[in-house]
Amino acid sequence: MSEHEYTPKSKVGKWFNDRLPLLTLANHLTDYPTPKNLNYWWTFGGILTFCLITQIVTGLVLAMHYIAHADMAFQSVEHIMRDVNYGWLIRYIHANGASMFFLAVYIHIFRSLFYGSYKSPREVIWIIGIIIYLLMMAAAFLGYVLPWGQMSFWGATVITNLFSAIPLVGEGIVTWLWGGYSVDNPTLTRFFTLHYLIPFLILGLVVLHIWALHVPGNNNPIGIDIKKPSKDTVPFHPYIVIKDGFALLMFMIVFAFFVFYTPNILGHADNYIEANPLVTPAHIVPEWYLLPFYAILRSVPDKLLGVIAMLSAILILAALPWLDTSKIRSAVFRPLYKQFYWILVADVLILGYVGAMPAEGLYLLIARIATAYYFLHFLVILPVLGFKERTTPVPLSITEPILGGSPNLAAVKKKDSFKDQ
Amino acid sequence: MEKKTKRRDFLFTATYAVGAVGAGAVIWPMIDQMNPDASVKALASTEVDVSAVNPGKTITVLWRGKPVFIRRRTQEEIAEAKSVKLEDLKHPEKDEDRAKNPEWLVMLGVCTHLGCVPLDQKGDYNGWFCPCHGSHYDTSGRIRKGPAPTNMEIPEYKFVDANTIKIG
Repeated sequence: MSEHEYTPKSKVGKWFNDRLPLLTLANHLTDYPTPKNLNYWWTFGGILTFCLITQIVTGLVLAMHYIAHADMAFQSVEHIMRDVNYGWLIRYIHANGASMFFLAVYIHIFRSLFYGSYKSPREVIWIIGIIIYLLMMAAAFLGYVLPWGQMSFWGATVITNLFSAIPLVGEGIVTWLWGGYSVDNPTLTRFFTLHYLIPFLILGLVVLHIWALHVPGNNNPIGIDIKKPSKDTVPFHPYIVIKDGFALLMFMIVFAFFVFYTPNILGHADNYIEANPLVTPAHIVPEWYLLPFYAILRSVPDKLLGVIAMLSAILILAALPWLDTSKIRSAVFRPLYKQFYWILVADVLILGYVGAMPAEGLYLLIARIATAYYFLHFLVILPVLGFKERTTPVPLSITEPILGGSPNLAAVKKKDSFKDQ
Repeated sequence: MEKKTKRRDFLFTATYAVGAVGAGAVIWPMIDQMNPDASVKALASTEVDVSAVNPGKTITVLWRGKPVFIRRRTQEEIAEAKSVKLEDLKHPEKDEDRAKNPEWLVMLGVCTHLGCVPLDQKGDYNGWFCPCHGSHYDTSGRIRKGPAPTNMEIPEYKFVDANTIKIG
């Protein structure tokens, strides 16, 4: 929040702003003091906003041509691909856009994990982020069902059946979700409705996410509290806008590569076969971004416990601000945490890999070890590390390591003069 | 004073109670509309001609949108299913209770883990194998190995005549 009170220059602007302070909001957003040491890992918030808008716009267009009916959905998607002008482009952007969205969100989440952005006073930003992530997974799953291919149908069957693990009421809940005794037309129509709704819920939560961010302000790579505005900050516009814009362009190159050169590499060939309730594909594999959780589900030999383990793996993230007992935010000053952080990254990648492999033999063993380590990291290593770890000295300000003093230039000069004597 | 406060409390409580009943009355139709509708419920039974099914063959029919396996078992399969000790089973059920006429096994072809369709004549027990998460079923459709919690379900069915099975 900028300190000074903003008044528009023009008379009309002032008249309007007195009635609805939109210009004050715009001024807050442009002047918003941002730590001047933000690196490129901080550009993914902007990239994610771009991803959300892309999904909403392309999704709206697709909905104009798509028919949510079990007999026609598959045909209508082929119709979009073959007949609709630029339909192939719009659908490929939407389908690959989902993957790009998750790519960006995983980088965004792991950025927070490295720099401790989830810690006090940013717990609420973090928890809203986890809710957004959950909604993203729901939207991605529902959207994957809509083309009504084999993977759509069987993915929907497997995921909805997760609820049947709930004792007593499980079967009733599954029938209720399906609107029948199997995944069928009533399931498809409600999935379409919910798939349309969720992005707007996410949009609302993004507003809250940014609002909550603007209360304490951005964390930064050295994870210290800074005075705002001060010599440690720059205004959001133009400094961060340009940096975010450049990163977005780089990201769009990757995005375009997938859309134009390998639009189906992240999908599954079986989804170009129309849904058939009599034949299950030989290997049911979810989309890549859900694989680590799928591996956790499969690594537990009991149905209910498997579902609980999978859900806990996601929900445990919400408790992270309290599980991590270290007062130091950034991993830069936590030599041990830094190592455990990279082990966790490797662990999640391994889970993702075994999630794509058949659940047997060595793969199953690796999945079990990796699952155990995942929980060990959050439930044992992080809480203990906060007490045991010897952190390295944290600078008092962003400028201190460069100027050898506090951001207060007068103080720096004073210090230098002490040296001279 | 005290008496007045109590009157208020009563009014508040009464208002909340009526409000809760009203909210419930509005919410329930919104929830129940998602349950199976009349047209879905109407498709509750199917009749199948099994005269062309030879021993050792399985046919799959669709009932309530789900596959039903109708397998005419060989003598070896029946013997194998009957020879299993109940204490070796995760979900103990006698073969006689699952196949009233031992030659015919009629069951929902739905894995009790997460609902995939298991593959016929596969797995470690010569019965069915679910490709999704690796559940093995024996020649009676009972779970023997893997994450599925229970045996494959036996639907309600009866022989209308020697060659016709009515499911549902």
